[in-house]
Amino acid sequence: METLERILAEHPFLQGLDQSYVALLVGCASNVVFRAEEQLFREGTPANQFFIIRHGDVAVELHVPGRGALTIDTVHEGEVLGWSWLVPPYRWSFSARALTLTRAIAFDGACLRAKCEENHDLGYELLRRFSTVMAERLQSTRLQLMDLYGSGR
Amino acid sequence: MLPVPHRVARVRRETADTFTLDLVPIGPAPAEHGFLPGQFNMLYAFGVGEVAISISGDPAERGVLRHTTRIVGTVTQALGRLERGSVLGVRGPFGNAWPVEEAEGHDVVLVAGGIGLAPLRPVLYRIMARRPLYGRVVLAYGTRTPADILYRSELARWRSRPDLEMLVTVDRAVGAWPGKVGVVPALIRRAPFDPTATIAMVCGPEVMMRFSVEQLRTRGVPPERIHLSMERNMKCAVALCGHCQYGPAFVCKDGPVFRFDRIERLFNQPEI
Repeated sequence: METLERILAEHPFLQGLDQSYVALLVGCASNVVFRAEEQLFREGTPANQFFIIRHGDVAVELHVPGRGALTIDTVHEGEVLGWSWLVPPYRWSFSARALTLTRAIAFDGACLRAKCEENHDLGYELLRRFSTVMAERLQSTRLQLMDLYGSGR
Repeated sequence: MLPVPHRVARVRRETADTFTLDLVPIGPAPAEHGFLPGQFNMLYAFGVGEVAISISGDPAERGVLRHTTRIVGTVTQALGRLERGSVLGVRGPFGNAWPVEEAEGHDVVLVAGGIGLAPLRPVLYRIMARRPLYGRVVLAYGTRTPADILYRSELARWRSRPDLEMLVTVDRAVGAWPGKVGVVPALIRRAPFDPTATIAMVCGPEVMMRFSVEQLRTRGVPPERIHLSMERNMKCAVALCGHCQYGPAFVCKDGPVFRFDRIERLFNQPEI
């Protein structure tokens, strides 16, 4: 049987993480499943979790009055979803909705923050990984804002 | 190099601002009507002007030339007004080709942004016609919104093929779009190919190509195995007028396809 520890160690986001840190993370982690169209979280609500996606596809959305839900990004197998748990005031900036059946590992944000406070090396490792993801997403967002395929007028 | 009159046999509206013209020669066909994937023709809207447009059809298909064009200026606007039966002038084909033969035995990654899919479509036709000669084949295609996706029915057919990995993303989506939202470089990050045995062909806006090349190199694809199609203002198409000069090269004759290691120095300089 696949243990949670092994699943975490093999996920691209945590790959190469020291085994002792993986053991610490397991205490804050749980397996979760979302059916297609099920909401993972909603913008403006407390951000107590983040997810590493094992299987499936998730849309990150922003509700625009009069236009409905605007999808600004999608997150897929092997990727990580959510960093609002890291930054005060710990509220989701966007909503997330499963596009397909999605299996993920959910991490309790408060539990992780406490562990990072106790063990700064673990905190550094996690922040290093999150900052890479944040930089990639920021770059993508900037490219999207450029409207490269638009008419340029 | 006189324009050869061609008749529009069919107009297909691909998106709100993009259309495909099927052209057949009027009178006897020119001696050799073939083309290589990556080449372009100069299309002449009589009384308005000429514009360089990549050939986007199947190189194995003879007797008809397909051109997918986006309306961006006066000449493309005039071409967009043509109907079945209209006549226009064609000069070409010009330019070099994508390294389709060189890619045999390799994984192939085609990276397309927006209208950049059109010059890569002949590559895909040719590869899929001789599929056993290649390793894994990936098409990573990004465009603005779901409504801007080109060749919709064809992409759907290709998507069902188990020997082609098709990754499509859009910059933004509203409503029921079930696919990916994000940028093309993000597709490359997780695409299934062996970087040490891959030939990549990239076509799209230059900024998109720059970030795509960066991602391909991060994955480990060597610069000499990355090929880009460059776009410059072309007038004569035979390397005489200098309008399409790109450093020491002319895009119309030495390109439009360039090996990245040979243009790297120019590629990262603004206004070249």
